[in-house]
Amino acid sequence: MKILVCISQAPDTTSRIAFTNEGKTFDSTGVQYIVNPYDEWYALVRGIELKEAHGGTVTTITVGGAVCDPVIRKALAIGADDAIRVDAEPTDAMQTAQLIASVAKSQAFDLILCGKETIDHNGSMVPAMVAELLDWPFIALATHLEVEGNTASLKRESAGGTEHVKVNLPLVLSASKGLAEQRIPNMRGIMSARSKPLNIEPGEAAALSSVRQFSLPPEKGACKIIPADQAEELIRLLREEAKAI
Amino acid sequence: MSVLAIVSLKNGQPTKGGLEAASYAAAFAKAQGQDAVALVAGAMTSDGGLGATGIDRVLHFSTELSDSSQWTRLAEAASKECGASTVVLSHDHTGRAIGPRLAVRLQAGMVSGVTELPRDGAVRKNVFSGKAMADVEVSTNAVVYSVTPNAFGVREGGSEAEASPFAAEVGEAREHVTGFDLASADGQTPLPEADLVVSAGRGLKGPENWGIVEDLANALGATTACSRPVSDIGWRPHHEHVGQTGITIRPNLYIAAGISGAIQHLAGVNQSKVIVVINTDPEAPFFKAADYGIVGDAFEVLPKLTAAVKALDA
Repeated sequence: MKILVCISQAPDTTSRIAFTNEGKTFDSTGVQYIVNPYDEWYALVRGIELKEAHGGTVTTITVGGAVCDPVIRKALAIGADDAIRVDAEPTDAMQTAQLIASVAKSQAFDLILCGKETIDHNGSMVPAMVAELLDWPFIALATHLEVEGNTASLKRESAGGTEHVKVNLPLVLSASKGLAEQRIPNMRGIMSARSKPLNIEPGEAAALSSVRQFSLPPEKGACKIIPADQAEELIRLLREEAKAI
Repeated sequence: MSVLAIVSLKNGQPTKGGLEAASYAAAFAKAQGQDAVALVAGAMTSDGGLGATGIDRVLHFSTELSDSSQWTRLAEAASKECGASTVVLSHDHTGRAIGPRLAVRLQAGMVSGVTELPRDGAVRKNVFSGKAMADVEVSTNAVVYSVTPNAFGVREGGSEAEASPFAAEVGEAREHVTGFDLASADGQTPLPEADLVVSAGRGLKGPENWGIVEDLANALGATTACSRPVSDIGWRPHHEHVGQTGITIRPNLYIAAGISGAIQHLAGVNQSKVIVVINTDPEAPFFKAADYGIVGDAFEVLPKLTAAVKALDA
């Protein structure tokens, strides 16, 4: 099975979020970048597990500049075989999806795994856009995936529950919690990642949207502390002051 | 010209996300002086209550669809039929599966997870897991918006919409649904749609103690949730995990007992309108993000809250 996993970098969850250039640019000063958790924990690890069970290869693809190389090496250390970086600075999901789809079209993948969204733009658009550009089936928010021959059996989050779905390969999915468990790379993985191929390809596509302005939410007011023996006072405040119940 | 809302159905009724998409589409259409049209697929009687949200017209495709390509083709045909340049969906599984596919087919710019109506040519959405907002502009005439659940709300008061059958060539299904597991047997509102959520963490000390959490949730008509450690060690099911790597929620009220408030947890709940934190540790970071706090033992506080809620309704 030939598997492609889409990997994005994202600011570490604990990063301070700030903007420069009058709120037009994310301030990356001092920001530690990580592999986007949904890409790493769920999509990549499930891809590697399927390769271990059925044979084949796991290739990662990332759209971005050389600044992404450390997170790509991390993905290789976890167990991907090789990596592609499309050397472009994407502005929106459509641009990223087109760049990924054009690489996918040139190679015969059976399965494309993506995280359900990145934790910076929270877009959740690239996976289904790639599916449409390739005219492949798409499963959003997949929590379970097994492959038997040419058929994939999946579970996906749906209104009020979990749907079981059967799809023939090839297939694109977006991964949600449950698809796999996080894997910590071992020393051998980290050493071998250095010599695994990271192929850089040029790419060009148009964006259809852009961020005009970032802003920060207003500061929360101070927390109102209610004494533990006056719990009923909290319920009164929730009804009369906050009007929440 | 019109604005088209894609509305998914559950048991013959629009989902809450669908009603929110319809409400958003109707409000936007009104501001633009356009018609608001809703598209549904599957069994539904008359206008399904969509007129109340401000929808003028309902296009009713008779067959239920679960395949993302078929839905996309249906939505594309409907947008052509009613001359819609703006299409609105909920940012639930439909907004994630159909919206982006439709954006490709319509060559439309898409903004996902919007929280407000567009203003001055840009539309606002949350980014960085709720830690910032972005105003996004689209360079194409055709636009797809998906609306964050529980952000815009469901509008009411409109009059009955005119429903008419709608047919289109949607192609073959490739994604075949073979089964369904209900998340909770007791009829709780699904977490992403819930207005009230009662959540607990490791401070509860063990799964056998969840009764006091469920009691408060039942008294409030709330949905139960939990922190990541609690779902990871199997005290509670995965689908209850709210936070960075679980479900992101935006209820009116989020009550957290015995959860310290790690940044990964906050990322999933920080858009809640009112946050209540109950923790024995006055230094728990969660208090900084809370509106109301009780420094105390969940085992004592939760039953008191439950009694107070019951007294309120008595």
